[in-house]
Amino acid sequence: MTAVLTRRPGLSRIRATGSPLHLVCLALAALVAVAAVLAPWVVPHDPNAVDLGNALAGPSAEHPLGMDAAGRDTLSRLLLGARTSLLGPLGVVVFSTVAGIAVGMAAAWRGGWLDSVLSRSTELVFAFPGMLLAILIISVHGEGLLAPVIALALAYLPYVSRLTRSLVLAERARPYVSAYRVQGHSALQICLRHVLPNIAPVVLAQSTINFGYALMDLAGLSFLGLGVPALTPDWGRMVFDGQTAIQAGYPLSAVLPCVFIVLTVVAFNVVGERWADRVSRRAR
Amino acid sequence: MNFVRFAARRVAEMAATLLVASFVVFGAMYLAPGSPASFLLAGRSASPEALASINAQYHLDDPFLVRYFRWLGDVLQGDFGRSITYRTDVSRLLADRLPVTLFLIAMALAVVVVVGLLLGRIAAVRGGTTDSAILVTTTFAVGTPSFVAAVLLQGLFAVRLGWFPSSGGGDGLGDMLWHLTLPAIALALYLVGMLARVTRSAMLEALDSEHVTVARSRGVPERQVIRRHVFRNSLGTVLTTGGLIVSTLLVCTILVETAFSIGGIGQLLELSTTTKDFPTVQAISLIIVALFMIVNLIVDLLLPLVDPRVTLGSREAAV
Amino acid sequence: MRPTPALDVRGLRVTLPGTARPVLDGVDLTVGAGETVALVGESGSGKSIASRSALRLLPTGGVAEGEVRVAGEDVLTMDAARLRQVRAGTVAMVFQDPCAAVNPLRRIGDFLTEGVTLAGTMSPARAAARAVELLGAVGLDGSVLRKYPGQVSGGMLQRVVIAAALMGDPVLLMADEPTTALDVTSQAEVIAVLATLRERFGTGLLFVTHDLDLAAAISDRVYVMYAGRIAESGPAEALFARPRHPYTAALLASTPRMEGPRGRLAAIDGQPPDLREPLRGCAFAARCPLATEVCDERAPLPSPAPGRPDHTAACHHSDLLEGSAVDA
Repeated sequence: MTAVLTRRPGLSRIRATGSPLHLVCLALAALVAVAAVLAPWVVPHDPNAVDLGNALAGPSAEHPLGMDAAGRDTLSRLLLGARTSLLGPLGVVVFSTVAGIAVGMAAAWRGGWLDSVLSRSTELVFAFPGMLLAILIISVHGEGLLAPVIALALAYLPYVSRLTRSLVLAERARPYVSAYRVQGHSALQICLRHVLPNIAPVVLAQSTINFGYALMDLAGLSFLGLGVPALTPDWGRMVFDGQTAIQAGYPLSAVLPCVFIVLTVVAFNVVGERWADRVSRRAR
Repeated sequence: MNFVRFAARRVAEMAATLLVASFVVFGAMYLAPGSPASFLLAGRSASPEALASINAQYHLDDPFLVRYFRWLGDVLQGDFGRSITYRTDVSRLLADRLPVTLFLIAMALAVVVVVGLLLGRIAAVRGGTTDSAILVTTTFAVGTPSFVAAVLLQGLFAVRLGWFPSSGGGDGLGDMLWHLTLPAIALALYLVGMLARVTRSAMLEALDSEHVTVARSRGVPERQVIRRHVFRNSLGTVLTTGGLIVSTLLVCTILVETAFSIGGIGQLLELSTTTKDFPTVQAISLIIVALFMIVNLIVDLLLPLVDPRVTLGSREAAV
Repeated sequence: MRPTPALDVRGLRVTLPGTARPVLDGVDLTVGAGETVALVGESGSGKSIASRSALRLLPTGGVAEGEVRVAGEDVLTMDAARLRQVRAGTVAMVFQDPCAAVNPLRRIGDFLTEGVTLAGTMSPARAAARAVELLGAVGLDGSVLRKYPGQVSGGMLQRVVIAAALMGDPVLLMADEPTTALDVTSQAEVIAVLATLRERFGTGLLFVTHDLDLAAAISDRVYVMYAGRIAESGPAEALFARPRHPYTAALLASTPRMEGPRGRLAAIDGQPPDLREPLRGCAFAARCPLATEVCDERAPLPSPAPGRPDHTAACHHSDLLEGSAVDA
């Protein structure tokens, strides 16, 4: 009928205008990742070397981005902070993705009680925001990076497993799966060799978006002083430390980590959403 | 009749989830190394009175499940035990600090609903460069954690320009509004972006549907088409984000209250976590989870009013 | 002098962005006052776009040239305010799928009255009274006014849509495959309701369908459309008894029927031309058994049959078909 004419004006617009933004974001994400990897070799100063005489100094040849309120080099802390700030979310995403896929796949394939336990616990985790769960665990276990990473991974797991479950259910209904079954392939074999590669792009795109959220949550915890240990350079922690600098009227050492957090989260969000958009369109 | 059954089922589900949530909150302290008593004392001197008070609250001599249910019974009567740090009843602490938090959240919620819906609607209806501009703006809004927004707003409007106070919650209505403006904006920013995007895509989807073309073909003016058929039809989707919005507000208020030194329950949670004041942490966690679930329940009960298909569907399933 | 036709389309050409040829190419079509006309064609032939142009409902980015006169007024050039009045009154359309055409979140009563009241052509009270009257005319009672679309069946809802189309007392009623989305029993009901109402209210009816038998049963005249052009037009009996265009003949041969010789159904070989390819000659040439060189060179113009000026066909070889029967 009029199938030729049905158009999605909204989507085409995103495609048209999103593309330069997407490239910039891709480059930005790559840049931040490279900086995090190379940080120990390129930092100009010891991030914890204190020079109180130069506290809150502005940019200079020696310290291109100035000093913070404790007299530490901002550039070095930013670069090394990228490590902690990215490593935490990476742990969250890797753990929640691997475990989420396993749980979601098992629930979709087996069904029955496993499936209903999964959907119940999803409900529960929706009520427990990741940050709250992290705070609860930290209040028991004490500060540190490991406890919040595990807590957030647990909180993100149901989102991944729910997505995986619906994808696997759709995949399982396709004829090739029963064809393999008839040929005597085991369920595990079919899952790992055929279903997993087919659903992986969608799940990984979602995980890319989750990376941005995890970064926000972990930076928030560091800001509260509940994440990384006090001396470890970390962007969230730097924002907290920078508050005194702001009160004193020298905002640079607080604004810079803010900018880095926002740009990194935006970059990962845009790249992930674009990827998700593309794979979902390909599936249609 | 139909609606009553629907509501009863939702209430029962909520109660069950809440029960499990309380179990998680209670059970968390058994993850701590060492005995519950020493954990609850958090390294403070174990005077006989302190031990006795903890025993009275947590019934540490009873078996685990009995302990849990006795604790739960107390909680249901509003008794959250005594704060170890503040040496007062947790419920007193909460009663002092909850109002300012709720006020802050209400302000932020108002900003989220008004600005978010408006931006989403403008983006969907206008299209073109307006849409692109809003899309880019909201992309940055959803990438800005509330504590970053709080620190930046504080630096610019409180410290640099001096238009607003940089800390505290204020006393009296006018003063509170003045003190909480920046925190409310910081709290709302992320959600404004999210709601604008949800509204935009829901409206675009509605804009695509055949009945919109039909309404236009019948001479309905474009403004009315947008209001009656596009915006109206996107409301169901928008409403379902209500639970998420409120839970995000509740969590982010921890960060924003800390950044602005506002004496609400968010800041209290941060303080009691650092000081290992576990009864207070438990109480606030439970309140946050319960508030979220209540809002979700309200959303679920409102949904049939916004979208008659919700209960129609369950009727057809019942017949 | 003849009365003003309900719909008079002259040389309508609609182009869409990203296509190599116009979706509608020089369409001429007339629906007289009170006349029933069928517009027949397969999916993608442009019949829906042609009928929607009478309401100036063009696909996104579409550009229309030519004239589309409704009761004498050209809808393509009128201003927005006048267009709203025409849409609320003069022309109305019954759409294919009633479940998609009615907003599921608003009550049926609201759907019936919104066009005329919001365009300002009728007061709410008068609209409400007329809604009840028209519901009676389509065999429903006023109780459906308070119901939501999801609470009534598809057949009932299509009758609501028909009642809604008649709210503004239109000169021209269009029905775009109004029965395709319904089950068989509702289909017959809806057709009966449409035919009765057309007679009772004296509106012109343009019936868009791919169903030849239905077209033959309901209409006075028939237009057959192929790839955005009118292939053949004429009185219903003449056109079905003695088709003058090979496409019409092929369509008739591919339609299963109860009476008449039992034979193999002749499917039409090939595909309709792609919108992305430009067309030089006759659109049907590639699938036509009669095609010669001239068909690829020049697009045929509609020409009347000898002695029957109202039966035209756009075919270089229509004389070869003259006298041939359905089973040719």
